[in-house]
Amino acid sequence: MTTETREPTRSLDASVIAALGAAERPPRANAVSSSLTFGWRALLKIKHVPEQLFDVTMFPILFTLMFTYVFGGAISGSTGDYLQYALPGILTQTVVFITMYTGLTINTDIDKGVFDRFRSLPVWRASLLVGALLGDTLRYGLASFMVLVVGVLIGYRAPGGFLGVILAVLLLLVFCFSLSWLWLIVGLKVRSPNAVMGTSMMVLFPLTFISSVFAPPETMPGWLQAFVDVNPVTLLCEAARGLMDDAPDSGDILIVLVLSAVITAVFAPIALRLYNTK
Amino acid sequence: MDLAIETHGLVKTFGDNRAVDGVDLAIRAGGVYGVLGPNGAGKTTTIKMLATLLVPDGGTATVLGHDVVREAPDVRARVAMTGQFASLDEDLTGLENLVLLARLYGYGKAAAKERGMQLLEAFDLAESAKKQVKAYSGGMRRRIDIAGSIVVRPDLMFLDEPTTGLDPRSRNQVWEIVRGLVGAGTTILLTTQYLEEADQLADRIAVIDHGRVIAEGTSGELKASVGSGAVRVRVADPGDREEVARLLAETLAAEPVLEPDGTTVTLRVDDPTAVAGALQRVGDRGLRVNEYSLGQPSLDEVFLALTGRPAEESATETQDQEVPA
Ligand SMILES: Nc1ncnc2c1ncn2[C@@H]1O[C@H](COP(=O)(O)OP(=O)(O)OP(=O)(O)O)[C@@H](O)[C@H]1O
Ligand SMILES: [Mg+2]
Repeated sequence: MTTETREPTRSLDASVIAALGAAERPPRANAVSSSLTFGWRALLKIKHVPEQLFDVTMFPILFTLMFTYVFGGAISGSTGDYLQYALPGILTQTVVFITMYTGLTINTDIDKGVFDRFRSLPVWRASLLVGALLGDTLRYGLASFMVLVVGVLIGYRAPGGFLGVILAVLLLLVFCFSLSWLWLIVGLKVRSPNAVMGTSMMVLFPLTFISSVFAPPETMPGWLQAFVDVNPVTLLCEAARGLMDDAPDSGDILIVLVLSAVITAVFAPIALRLYNTK
Repeated sequence: MDLAIETHGLVKTFGDNRAVDGVDLAIRAGGVYGVLGPNGAGKTTTIKMLATLLVPDGGTATVLGHDVVREAPDVRARVAMTGQFASLDEDLTGLENLVLLARLYGYGKAAAKERGMQLLEAFDLAESAKKQVKAYSGGMRRRIDIAGSIVVRPDLMFLDEPTTGLDPRSRNQVWEIVRGLVGAGTTILLTTQYLEEADQLADRIAVIDHGRVIAEGTSGELKASVGSGAVRVRVADPGDREEVARLLAETLAAEPVLEPDGTTVTLRVDDPTAVAGALQRVGDRGLRVNEYSLGQPSLDEVFLALTGRPAEESATETQDQEVPA
């Protein structure tokens, strides 16, 4: 046996010992860095599973076209007028709907076992959730972009201009970020990814449809109007619509911001608690 | 004594089901500790409590000197866990998974990538670095899963049924890895349904059933607690077997078991030194024996003796390798 040449044969135990010996122990990742790393994971997942963007892109396109051409004439007299009214609403609805993927993602992670791996790491535990929300933000942005492109293509013009649209989208993101905490709770509580879908749909359908998204509430019966007026989606939709229509209502915007803060303050601690004791 | 894990009366219930029902363990640092038990025995639940993923409903557990509930972050910083089911992101590539974990452990970007490649090479996975984990074979998955657990060297590692469902070659690779980890100084707690695996790898073994430890010791001690070894004799002529069995039974004062192959007879023996004499008597009668072996009882027999039911009932797969004749 000479010591000059290494044995070419692969014996895993020897290489494992070598790899372990080479392991340094870097300083622990801080909360920001671990959250960003989880956000990076969400981007990678979009890269590898681009199909997941299908709903995010097709859904809004379909909705925009369908509502404009099917109901537009009947509701507003002309499709063009209806588009001007409904597009901010459709934008709101689309983004609000997509928030449910937050719950779906976390539930799939639990289902697959990756969740336990991440939870066994010495990182700030909530960073997985924060990272997921960062990834979701990208989705919201993308969906908003699709709705706006399709809208403009079929004739939508925003009186509020570019700035108004950007501010409206930002407002939507703030609200959805807070709503995501609710879906995290659902994702942590419910047994299977399918059940998450079902639960979220049951909440989101009435919430987005019984609102001022598709039609002005004035034509609805009084008891329904009462609900529509307090529906958070109506408040959000009106604030966004104001911004895009160049008639920003600081009262509406303030309400949405306060609402977002309240939702986060209530649901984030619950989600974090569930996450820690799961 | 330097204890890596110490539990007292550990309990976890799911509704009415006492999945872990008062487990006491004292596991020394260094080497492999095996937790052996059939499906539903409570192995995974126990490990999850020790890895701070589940909060115990009763009892206490200390891992590397830290309480698993009150000092969970300290435990997490020093242990790694490889779950029973793939615990990496299947959508990402092997390299991306390791880089992700390395970043979470605090490596910088470039260092994380370097560490990822280093691990992939060490685990013979470099060629699949850019493949999604969902395209990996069962054996490759297991390896990358373990690789993910040693991005930073853990002092203690939990391996939950690392070889269930693997073919013999992949299983041997995992065993090599486990030996490598031990060689590098990591303590391993390994659960298994396979008696052979515990026998091969573990220095000490706890047998658990229905959430309780029903026996504990080295595999030699467990076997000794059953009280006997066994002698197996294969005759050249099947027609001789009855006669051989009768002779052996007489000399060794034990009940002969005629194996279904038609040529083998097995007897339990309390005093192995008596076997030579017994075989001598067989030879003196002109009966030809092709093969004989004297061994300690298998862990299967231990399990039967401890629980009153055979372990085969619970193990989903047999681990025997077919040797072509
Ligand atoms: N999250 C859970 N909710 C309800 N019951 C559970 C849960 N996890 C485990 N159990 C139950 O606890 C008992 C022990 O399960 P555990 O997974 O610890 O067994 P195990 O020894 O790991 O089995 P296996 O060899 O099948 O992996 C089983 O009866 C199981 O059904
Ligand atoms: Mg298990």
